[in-house]
Amino acid sequence: MIRFTWLRFRAQAAVVFAALAVLAVVLAVTGWHLARLYDTTAAACRARGDCAAAMNAFASSDISLQSFVKLVLLAAPALIGMFWGAPLLAREFETGTFRLAWTQDVTPTRWLAIKLGVAGVASVAAAGLLSVMVTWWSSPIDKAFMDQWGVFTQRDITPIGYAAFAFALGVTAGLLIRRTVPAMAITLAVFAAVQVVMGLWLRPRLITPVHTTSPLNIAALQETGVTGNGRLQVIEPANIPGAWVYSSPIVTPAGQPASSEPATQACTTGSGQACDAYIARLHLQQSVTYQPASRYWAFQWYETAIFLGLAVILAGACLWLIRRRRSEELHLPHLHSFGQVTVGVVRK
Amino acid sequence: MTAVLEASGLGKQYGRRWALRDCTLAIPAGRVVGLVGPNGAGKTTLLHLAVGLLAPTSGTIEVLGRRPGSPAKPWPVGFVAQDTPVYAGLPVADHLRFGAWLNSSWDGELARRRIEQLGLDPGQRAGSLSGGQRAQLALTLAIAKRPGLLLLDEPVASLDPLARREFLQDLMQVVAEHGVSVVLSSHLIADLERVCDYLVVLVASRVRVAGEVAALLASHHRLSGSRRDSASLPENQEVIEESHTGKQSTFLVRTDDPIHDPAWTVRPVSLEDLVLAYMSQARDARERARPGLGVLR
Repeated sequence: MIRFTWLRFRAQAAVVFAALAVLAVVLAVTGWHLARLYDTTAAACRARGDCAAAMNAFASSDISLQSFVKLVLLAAPALIGMFWGAPLLAREFETGTFRLAWTQDVTPTRWLAIKLGVAGVASVAAAGLLSVMVTWWSSPIDKAFMDQWGVFTQRDITPIGYAAFAFALGVTAGLLIRRTVPAMAITLAVFAAVQVVMGLWLRPRLITPVHTTSPLNIAALQETGVTGNGRLQVIEPANIPGAWVYSSPIVTPAGQPASSEPATQACTTGSGQACDAYIARLHLQQSVTYQPASRYWAFQWYETAIFLGLAVILAGACLWLIRRRRSEELHLPHLHSFGQVTVGVVRK
Repeated sequence: MTAVLEASGLGKQYGRRWALRDCTLAIPAGRVVGLVGPNGAGKTTLLHLAVGLLAPTSGTIEVLGRRPGSPAKPWPVGFVAQDTPVYAGLPVADHLRFGAWLNSSWDGELARRRIEQLGLDPGQRAGSLSGGQRAQLALTLAIAKRPGLLLLDEPVASLDPLARREFLQDLMQVVAEHGVSVVLSSHLIADLERVCDYLVVLVASRVRVAGEVAALLASHHRLSGSRRDSASLPENQEVIEESHTGKQSTFLVRTDDPIHDPAWTVRPVSLEDLVLAYMSQARDARERARPGLGVLR
C-alpha cells in the first residue's frame, strides 16, 4: 500500500521538490553573497561608527528576493493544504476510485492512514526544507534588521506546524465535502481564518507578557509635541532589543497617560529645552508590556505544537470517519433521487 | 448447497428513507446471479452492503461465510463498482501493481495474461481507454484476486451493444475457467437473460422474487381466456399481473402446480415478461398507496 501511495503521489511530490531544488540553488548563490556582504558591512561600519545606518541599508539588500521568499513561505502551507490535502480523498470520491480501493484486502482505515502518512510526511518535509533554506539565507538580514517577531511565522519551525495543519485540514475538507474544488476553497478560507485568530488573538496570550515601568530618558526623547486640544504629546519607542512590544505608553507617576497633562507654554511656544525641562519635572515613565527576545523559541515551540496538535486531531477525525463509513452513507446522490425515477426497463 | 451470499432481514436506511428493506436472500454457490430492478431499487445498496462499503441499518449479511467490513483478511470477494472506476492518470501496468500490492491472493500471471488477451497496452493511461476496455481492466483487477465470489454493479450499463456483448462473453469465459460465483446487477434484462442462471428481482427497496431462472420460468404462466375476476383464480395461483379487455382477461400467475382449468390458454412467459410483471406490480402497488399517503400528509 505504501508503494502504491507513493506511485500515485510521486508526480506531485516531484514538482514540489524540484521547485524547492531550484529555489535552493538561487538561495545558495545569493545567500553566500549576502553573508559576505554582511561581514564586510559590519567591519566597515564598526570602523566608521555608523552601524545603525549601515545595517539599515544592508537590510534592504536583495529586497525583491526577500519579498519573494516571504510570499513563498506565507503561501506554501496553504498551497500544500489545497493541492496535496484537499484532493487526497476528494478526488477518490469524485472519480469513484474509493470503491475500488476500499474493496481490496487493505482496509479503508489502513489505506487512509498510509495516504496520510506518505503525503503528510512529504508536506512536513517540504515546509521544513523551505524554512531551513530561507532561515539560513535571511539570517544576515535578520541580524541587521533585528525584527525576529516580524518574521516569526516565516522562520525556523513554525512553517512545519502550518504545513501539517493545512494538509490535514485539506484532507478533512475533502472527506466531508467530497468535491475537490470546493474542498480547496474551504481549506484556504479556514486556514487563513485560523492564522488570523492565531496571530491576533491566541499568540499574544500564549505566555503572560513582562511588564516594566522605567523613568523616561528625556535626552533620548524621539518626539514631543502638542495634541490638537492643547495636551502634551510624548512619543518614545520602547528600547528593548529583540523584544515583542505589545504597548509602551508614556504615563505619569499616577499612571495616567502623558496626554492628561496640559502642554504648558513651555511646550506650545517655548524652546525645545524649556519643554524638556517641563517634561522632566513631570517625572514621566514609560510603561512597557512585552515578550523578551529570550522567549522567541518558547513561542516557536508553542506555536508549532499547537498546529501539529490540530493536524493530529484532524487526521484522527478522518480515520474515525472512514472507519465508521459515515462519509459514504452521507452521500449517495443517485439513491436520494429515488422518488422521481420512473419504473421501467429499457427494451433492446 | 452452501450460500455464497446470505442476507437475513437486511435493511439500509438513509435518513428516513429505506434504500433496502427486509431483504432475506440465500444465493447458492456456483451461480451467475442477475440482480435486476429499476434505477434506485436498491441494487447498488445491496452490493455495497455485500462488499462492506456500507454497514447495514438492520439485519445481517454474510458473504462467503463472513460479515463484510470485518478486518480479517484475505477476503476473496472481487468487486467491480458502478461505472467501473479505475485510476485515470495511471497506466494499465500500474493498475496491476495496485492489485498485487493491495491483495495477498493476487495472481499476477493471470492478470498479465488477461491484459495480453484483451489487447490492452500496459503503458496506456487508464483514462484514455474506451469504456469497454476500462470495464475489462476493472474486471481483470477483480478476477486476479482469485475471488470465490465476484460482484459487479451495472458493469455494462454505459457500454455500447458490441462492447456489452464482448464484456459478457468474457465474463462467461472467466466463470467457466475459474468456477467463480457471480452476482451481476443490471436494469437490462436482455443482458442478464444471456448470462444468468439465477435471478433476484429488486423493486422499490424490496426483494420481489428470487430463484433459479429455469424454476422461475417453469412456475410462471400467462393465462388468457374470457373475462373473469382475479379473485376467481385458485388459491395456489398468485396473480402477478393482470389485464382486461371487454371480453378477455390475461393473467400472469405464479404457481408450482399444473394448471388444469380448460378455460385458459396457458402460455410460457419470457424472462423479460416475468421481470416486467414484478416491476409493474410494485409500481401499481405504490400508485394505489399514493392517494392514501397524500391524505395522511
